[in-house]
Amino acid sequence: MTRSEAQPSVVNLKHNRVELALHTLRAGEGPSLLLLHGLGERSPERVPNDFERWPGPVFALDFTGHGGSTVPRGGGYTSEILMGDVDAALARTGPATLVGRGLGAYIALLSAGARPKLVRGAILRDGPGLAGGSARPGTPLIPMPDLNAVAPPDPFALVELAVDVRPPDYATSFARQATHLSGLERPISVCTLERPDWLRAVVDEQGVEACELEDALAIYAARTREPRR
Amino acid sequence: MSEAGVTFPGARRPSRTRRVDAHGVGIAVYEWGAREAKPLLLAHGGFDFAGTFDGFAPLLADGGWRVVSWDHRGHGDSDHAALYSWQADLRDALVVMDSVGHEPMPIVGHSKGGGVCMQLTEARPHRVSRFANLDGMPGKWRHPDVADHERTKLLASELSNWLDWRQRAGTLARKPGTLDELAERRGRMNPRLSRDWLRYLVTIGARRDADGWRWKIDPSMRFGGFGPWRPDWSLERMRGFPVPLLAVLGLVEEEMGWGTTPDFLAPYMPSDARIVALEDSGHFVHIEHPKRVADLVLEFLS
Repeated sequence: MTRSEAQPSVVNLKHNRVELALHTLRAGEGPSLLLLHGLGERSPERVPNDFERWPGPVFALDFTGHGGSTVPRGGGYTSEILMGDVDAALARTGPATLVGRGLGAYIALLSAGARPKLVRGAILRDGPGLAGGSARPGTPLIPMPDLNAVAPPDPFALVELAVDVRPPDYATSFARQATHLSGLERPISVCTLERPDWLRAVVDEQGVEACELEDALAIYAARTREPRR
Repeated sequence: MSEAGVTFPGARRPSRTRRVDAHGVGIAVYEWGAREAKPLLLAHGGFDFAGTFDGFAPLLADGGWRVVSWDHRGHGDSDHAALYSWQADLRDALVVMDSVGHEPMPIVGHSKGGGVCMQLTEARPHRVSRFANLDGMPGKWRHPDVADHERTKLLASELSNWLDWRQRAGTLARKPGTLDELAERRGRMNPRLSRDWLRYLVTIGARRDADGWRWKIDPSMRFGGFGPWRPDWSLERMRGFPVPLLAVLGLVEEEMGWGTTPDFLAPYMPSDARIVALEDSGHFVHIEHPKRVADLVLEFLS
């Protein structure tokens, strides 16, 4: 990016009672890339070096309770609600390749399964919140946040999304949907070292490949730009 | 009598109402019975509200209990929230419990309220003395034998419907109607409850706007949805349930029912737990048979 190009900008999207901050890190023509941060993180301020060579616009979404998005009262987070956040972003950006870190990787997988025509490849990377809780619930627990913590990030998100259950067969059902319905040969690329149970199951699915980030980006960048919805 | 002047035989509005702050979400709390009586928590099910206990709670109060119930977030007169989850309901329930006292107390829960409060009991066994579950015991996995590709198709349409609806959720409003129209609408989900009872419920669970009555429940909530949760998980823990347990089941299958049978449940129950199955009742056992169920609960708590 040269100094003459536009500065990153942000728009607010509505998801039920939450305003979501969608950042345009780099505007332009070509295939869109949408970055999803990890648990407790926020969107980067500029295009990270890893994506400098991406041939199209680069967006980044702050999940509910994170970054520039609303911090709601009283918690109640689920991964499925964050999938709804991504859906609001996709409705704005049109079809996009998702790159998720940690929690964002899990949400990218859910989105790829739920919106197979809009998600033009999901790249799963290491980051905070990749594991989630576990494959099945542990001892019943009432997640209580540090109520003195300064938000964002929402302390409710930190405790609730650290224990959300991620059964491997639930995760694979999203991977299968992406494979069956996206029309992509390889809708999911796994670029993580950490492999929690859900991800170990996903990586064995048809249409899912473990690879380096550059390879995944090259595959999805090579696809011609899809028309906007 | 409700504020709108509609009555139902035996129904009594709470003696006291108050609000508690559940980490920023205002929760409406209701009490029947003497202030100094021993407290008991009474939890309603999904898409209900504490006023649905107006017939049942007074019977427990007359049995000597201070009956404390509350509208779950998004329901009745509690605040509408931005987010809803099982964990949030659990935490809200704990806030209500803390507002009542720290001595162990019994809990009576219907439907989802039974499920949420059983988990509260497992997480805080020292806070609960006994538990009566009214047709809210975990049932069977909904799609046990569906072929894999069928499940994929099913999930695909569920997911896209759900996401489409989430995009509209912030703009939705409950449809206004006359008192009778609202009673009729609710009757579709509660076909075994009398029209007079449903009319009575409208005057509590709905508000009268200039253009008609509207249910108070948050329009951004809806039936169905999906997620990773499976009833097997709660079932497997049931044998170790930490306090005496009474499970009342309504055996007549209906829209809101869970279809749990004694034969299905028995192998999972603690040895001293009691199952009472009502052959002639649907899901709302405490509304169809208030006296019978109140007597069962009072005997269990005595």
